[in-house]
Amino acid sequence: MKTFKMGGVHPPENKFSAGKKTKIISLPQQVIIPLRHYSGNPSVAEVSRGEIVKVGQLIGRANGFISANVHSSVSGKVSKIDNAMDAFGYKFPAVFIDVIGDDWLDEVDLSPEVKRVCNLEPHEIIKKVAEAGIVGLGGATFPTHVKLSIPQGKKAEVLIINGAECEPYLTCDHQLMLEKGEEIIIGISILMKAIRVKKAIIGIESNKMDAVLNLEKWAKTMEGIEVVPLKVKYPQGSEKQLIQALTGREVPSGALPIEVGAVVQNVATTFAVYEAVQKNKPLIERIITVTGKSVPEPGNYWVRIGTPFTHIIEETGGMPQDTGKVVAGGPMMGRALPSLDLSVAKGTSSILFIPSSESKRGKVFNCIRCAKCVFHCPMGLEPYLLMNHGEKQMWENMEENRVMDCIECGSCSFICPSNRPLVDYIRYGKSTVGTMIRNRKTQKS
Amino acid sequence: MNKLIVSPAPHVHSGNSIRKEMVSVLIALIPAYLVALYYFGVGAIIVSVTSVISCVIFEYFIQKFLIKGENTVSDYSAVLTGLLLSFNLPSNLPVWIVVIGALVAIGVGKMSFGGLGNNPFNPALVGRVFLLISFPVQMTSWPRPMAWNTSYLDAETSATALSALKEHLGNIPSLFDMFVGNMGGSMGEVSALALLLGFVYLLFKRTITWHIPVSILLTVFIMTGIFYLVNPQTYFPNYTFIVGRINAGSYLYGHRLCYFSHDKNGNDNLRHWHWYYHCCYQNVWFLSRRSIFCYPYHECVYTTN
Repeated sequence: MKTFKMGGVHPPENKFSAGKKTKIISLPQQVIIPLRHYSGNPSVAEVSRGEIVKVGQLIGRANGFISANVHSSVSGKVSKIDNAMDAFGYKFPAVFIDVIGDDWLDEVDLSPEVKRVCNLEPHEIIKKVAEAGIVGLGGATFPTHVKLSIPQGKKAEVLIINGAECEPYLTCDHQLMLEKGEEIIIGISILMKAIRVKKAIIGIESNKMDAVLNLEKWAKTMEGIEVVPLKVKYPQGSEKQLIQALTGREVPSGALPIEVGAVVQNVATTFAVYEAVQKNKPLIERIITVTGKSVPEPGNYWVRIGTPFTHIIEETGGMPQDTGKVVAGGPMMGRALPSLDLSVAKGTSSILFIPSSESKRGKVFNCIRCAKCVFHCPMGLEPYLLMNHGEKQMWENMEENRVMDCIECGSCSFICPSNRPLVDYIRYGKSTVGTMIRNRKTQKS
Repeated sequence: MNKLIVSPAPHVHSGNSIRKEMVSVLIALIPAYLVALYYFGVGAIIVSVTSVISCVIFEYFIQKFLIKGENTVSDYSAVLTGLLLSFNLPSNLPVWIVVIGALVAIGVGKMSFGGLGNNPFNPALVGRVFLLISFPVQMTSWPRPMAWNTSYLDAETSATALSALKEHLGNIPSLFDMFVGNMGGSMGEVSALALLLGFVYLLFKRTITWHIPVSILLTVFIMTGIFYLVNPQTYFPNYTFIVGRINAGSYLYGHRLCYFSHDKNGNDNLRHWHWYYHCCYQNVWFLSRRSIFCYPYHECVYTTN
């Protein structure tokens, strides 16, 4: 079975909510829709206080190149536009809407039938994707229309669909592939048309064979789509690792996937593309997984963007008593939340409750030079060395040792027998070295 | 509501710990220890128990009174050092020499550098080198292996296979005897079979990878092969078969490679240079063993280690 070549770890999967049918979370009294979804510029508010909005109405316009539109996920009255905390703990502007009823915009097609035919031109598709405010739903939330706009002089050869879902605990993509197989395949064919490729490969880890079979069934109805089961290994869902696993091509250091002719999209994103292009429905809801070792009923839920976490937790059975840490996203790369007064952003894939017994990190010991971090690094870096440099603030040495290639997957910290905070120092180094590199560029120009 | 803990990702850990690593190496050494018990009997027990206990005690006291740091005995690294040290000693070594070896191993080889992880050499090997220089006679009189041996200090002695080879003595053990361990030598190193069993266990547990041992063995195989083909008379008068040479060495290497080169210190962390690095150091080692100054021991492995 295919997988990436170098490094990787296999954390306990703990996919408690696998195969659980999605349920719909009821509308909350108030939603807080962030105008910035983890990456890029915040969009500019298009509504003002007291305005009545409908579901699907544009409330934030993209500001700059790497930015995406934001739409209202509920109908009601804008109560205020104020700063709200995101999962990183930073404050960014958000639109607070008091929910009144559930009144959708007329142009959104809410009929259950599946629309298979798409007669739009590539540029029209990309425009529609941009208007619908679609971002990468795997977690990085990079605006999708930017990824679809192939830079001049480059040519896309293959579309890669990421259904790996290599993070432990998470099952939202898995469930989506089981329930919306046909829509995902149509979404893929639309994306293939948009970037003008004849071939698409869907990579799914082999612990989800039911999803593989389901997508294979639907893939037969379209041309050029192939489903490939992958060996279970973290971080398979990382862009560069997935490209290598599926095509054998290696993305050069510092380059984007388009350099090797690949465009990568998440399965949830392709579903959002289908809804936007065929049903005129902007990105206003997504599946999230609510899970954890002591959660009585782990499950997958459709939620509107902007729903407060407290509302979801209430609806899904409350927070377990022994919770020590709440994580948005998977346990390997997710964010530990400073408080529960947050709301669902476009990139929120799960709410994970970690029992207090597992919340604290172990005591840090000396490095015993076992080289486990080196052998498990999927990017071929030397985490122990980068951490030593980071501790001593030797930024130039960090840059020489390719700190910017780190994908922050956390395999090194996960595997270290001395509990050393390797990826923390690497992250610290990445941000400092990144600033250094930018400053150097501006000085030159 | 209780307060939430915030920390950067990852929020899960593999559960690896230094203690687990050390314990898995200790388990891997069990077959070799059993062979030592079988061939060297009482002597093996006395030397190994003395070595382990004195290593642990020295570490405990140095940590408590000199470094005044946290107690690290519980990570079992001192137990491992003690066992590895005893494996490197003849089983008829007097107790007081073993205790001195343990003091040097722990006190000089490890704690003076700041404890586990900061030591540039393997502590057990520092202890052995010190003893070899200080007590060359006692350290080179190897007891003759005997099933269920009950003698300790007055054991009959014999040469190791390599010194027999070097000095053109006639009584070289058969290949099979060398493989299972029926020959004179350090108590824990005689049986290639037992050490290979431990090696397989460590591979299985993923405590180590195959790269270092295989690269070293392969280099020796090729180098001895070249020398043998150039001049069989000078280099291997009694051995017409290269594999025999590898086998004679493997009772040293099995040990060196699987346990010492991986005992966390000689392990160069550069994945891509693994092969190159180990080939080089093995060549240095090989050539020095062949030179006229060389004696049939393997201390140069330690220094490069």
